[in-house]
Amino acid sequence: MLEYTVRRLAFAGLALLAAAVPGHAEPPAPSAVTPALIDAATKEAKVVWYTSTELRAAERVAKAFEAKYPGITVQVERSGAERNFQRIAQEFGSGLKVADVIDSSDASHFIVWKRQGWLAPYLPEDVAKLWPADQRDPDGMFATWRSTFCPMGYNTKLVKPEDAPKSFADLLDPKWSGKIVKAHPGYSGTILTATFEIVRDIGWPFFEKLAKQRVMQTQSATDPPKKLAAGERAVMSDGSEYVLLTLKDEGNPVEPIYPSEGTPFITGPSGISALAPHPNAARLYQSFLFSLEAQQLIVDAGAMRSLHPQVKERQDRKPLKDIKAMKDDPQAVETQVEAIKKKYTQYFHT
Amino acid sequence: MSLALPRPAEGPRRRIDLSLPLFAGFALFLCGLVILPMFWLAVFAFTDAKGAPTLANFATLFSDPDLLDPLFVTLTISSATGVICCLVAAPMGWLVARTDMPARRTVRALVTASFVTPPFLGAVAWEILAAPNSGILNQVYRDLFDLSGDDVLVDIYTQAGLIFVIACYTFPYVFVLVANALERIPGDLEDASAILGAPTVQTALRITIPLAMPAILAGVLVAFLQAMTLFGSPAILAMPAGFHTLTTKIWMLFQFPPKPGLAAAASVPLLVVTIVLLRAQGWILGRRGYTVVGGKTGTPRRIALGAWKAPALLFCLAVLCAPVFLPYAALAKTAFSQTPYGPLTWSALTLDQVRAAFAYSGTQLALKNTFLLCVMAATLGTVLALVISYLAARQAIWGHRALGFLATAPVAVPGIVLGVALFLAYTRPPLVLYGTLWILLLAYLTLQLPSAYQQLRAAFHGIHPELEEASRILGATRLQALAHVTAPLLRSGLIATWCFIFIGTMRELSAAIMLFSADTKVLSTVIYDLNEGGDLGQIAVLGITMLVITFSVVGLANRLPGLGPLRS
Repeated sequence: MLEYTVRRLAFAGLALLAAAVPGHAEPPAPSAVTPALIDAATKEAKVVWYTSTELRAAERVAKAFEAKYPGITVQVERSGAERNFQRIAQEFGSGLKVADVIDSSDASHFIVWKRQGWLAPYLPEDVAKLWPADQRDPDGMFATWRSTFCPMGYNTKLVKPEDAPKSFADLLDPKWSGKIVKAHPGYSGTILTATFEIVRDIGWPFFEKLAKQRVMQTQSATDPPKKLAAGERAVMSDGSEYVLLTLKDEGNPVEPIYPSEGTPFITGPSGISALAPHPNAARLYQSFLFSLEAQQLIVDAGAMRSLHPQVKERQDRKPLKDIKAMKDDPQAVETQVEAIKKKYTQYFHT
Repeated sequence: MSLALPRPAEGPRRRIDLSLPLFAGFALFLCGLVILPMFWLAVFAFTDAKGAPTLANFATLFSDPDLLDPLFVTLTISSATGVICCLVAAPMGWLVARTDMPARRTVRALVTASFVTPPFLGAVAWEILAAPNSGILNQVYRDLFDLSGDDVLVDIYTQAGLIFVIACYTFPYVFVLVANALERIPGDLEDASAILGAPTVQTALRITIPLAMPAILAGVLVAFLQAMTLFGSPAILAMPAGFHTLTTKIWMLFQFPPKPGLAAAASVPLLVVTIVLLRAQGWILGRRGYTVVGGKTGTPRRIALGAWKAPALLFCLAVLCAPVFLPYAALAKTAFSQTPYGPLTWSALTLDQVRAAFAYSGTQLALKNTFLLCVMAATLGTVLALVISYLAARQAIWGHRALGFLATAPVAVPGIVLGVALFLAYTRPPLVLYGTLWILLLAYLTLQLPSAYQQLRAAFHGIHPELEEASRILGATRLQALAHVTAPLLRSGLIATWCFIFIGTMRELSAAIMLFSADTKVLSTVIYDLNEGGDLGQIAVLGITMLVITFSVVGLANRLPGLGPLRS
């Protein structure tokens, strides 16, 4: 039994053995940013943000917060969503108080964390007033603070626009063999979600055939656009839209492709850790993430998609409503994680 | 009339001898350090989720091609690495230690530079150089010969590419061991050979090489084992190449949903291979004496290369292109320009990457933690390795054989597995260390112990006990003899060991990646996370910073007054 207890202790979160559901009879009241909150947060002087947002975009948001609230520094802990997930489980399992605010590009993580009781309820005023009901937790544990697509893309120096693939099915053409880069669902929450949506909408045979195209495999969804920009591969079959668009803004020869079958839609919720060592700074930061200011920033400078109704989309971007999106479904993802990863490894051998 | 001889039982002048309890303490600490994580490994490998004993993990391991393939890939890679390292490093070590080749110090410093380079950083640099399409070397090759985009000179995303990169950053182990051993070989044996009429080559073949054999074998062994348990380079190159090594597979097994039992089982073959190799080494060296430093030794003499000076130097410099010149040129270009690719022009130069790297909130913290941990691990590790290798070499306490084995055993445990084992061992009372720097320190000590021990043991084998015995006959305790006679004789070995551990800690990734948290991050984990997102510019900046820190510290360690010239 000793071994069993230890296993449980160490991997409690991952093995999902202790399925304690904390009961919150009613959602918390919406919280505004008050001078008292700012004072308390400033006393704590620091907020630790676990995120899978691409580093430069994450740093921009952090710097904007530091500029707005002098005296509070943001420590950015960036890694792939699945890696963060494992690390958070490890840290919570040992009762380590390090993370304050957590975001993930794999929305299903929040279902797990909520069930584990690892999140603290907090409902920013903006979320209560403005967010669509299906993009926020009824108990006020989390809400979607960023979203993006997981499109295909190509290098405009290596591929002429008319030759570029238009659909997922086009990628199976032998002419793309050895020319495709994609990221891994074992590391990237974005890719896990995208893989789920593609499998649901067009099926596993697509991946089975894609695996035979000598695909270059990277870890994070933020990496394929960079490989594309470097010219290491001509086409990407998945990757973060916001990273690709940012690279394009910087003058790199990359262009997104919104496949005709539909483009996987990725929501990234944010929540506060129940063990936050800086609880007030965490609340202030969570409120900031959903403010019009931060939301406009992630759209303008970060090339992400916002659910804030007052945010203006950039003219040079394909508007959210014009893109045929594959619907996200965190509940379903959560039940199929293991099956997806296993099947994927079987086809791609990595 | 009888001579009043001292009775043997009484022995020399009595003093309070703390050696034994202290030695026992060290031995116990070593046991705890190594056995505790090993115990958890065994528990996980041989039990199922409910704690019942089972062999199911091994059944899966040896039947699932997804796990068998990585095993064979790993053995191929480590064998190839061991052979390549020996072929390249042993001649270089000889040239630097025993000949009058010019620029010997520079070559040594450059080898140190490749040793200092973390294998994952080298892998990133070689990605920049030799990725099939965007790689700088391939671009230059296509431009030079006016070839199409499909022509590739070198492709780093292959098994051969991975072996190459691993060998680049493993050969210094062999080099340092061989060079140090050759420096200790006294000139009188070679002189005797020369006086008896043997030509230089014959002297080398009959005297020098056999005397250096323990070090060469130890070096190859360490290279093989390092390659076998390495995580950094495979983590960067194997996935894009579409295969797994055992370590990257084990890493995958710890990702959600974690299969720690299977991962633990997957590390058992590595342990078995190591034990077999260590036994083989003992068997080969066992019956011969290799004592080369006694109380009456001559100074080693350098061999005049004559016309071979230039080719010898060229050989060394050509070898060093692979681990040092090319990668650091690529990293420097990446650190100071907007993109690693494309032509280098004045207008492309920028400090943006440097600014970004140091503006990143994790960098400062990681720098501080890394430095602290490196110094502590190096100091504690050297003392520990000194005492253990002394006890083993002089057979000073009961169970010295077991100590030697324990000190070498961690070499077979992949850092990742050790990371998880330590995590399991130190997350419960009485030792709750997870989330502190202590758990990282323990991990580093455990991981660095084998090479530190091997190195000091090789040094001990070269020192005849007659000097210590003389000291003890004159009344010194074991501890005093160790401190005043043996340690000074081992001076260069001790400094080298300290630097070994410092560098080894600096470049360690695999255990740290399992054990770090927000406040205990180190440079290697920061770089790994940056790589995951493809932030090459910042990686290059941090990599160069690492090199500078290590070089300053190693340079300092070799010049400190207290550690300086031998006291007479």
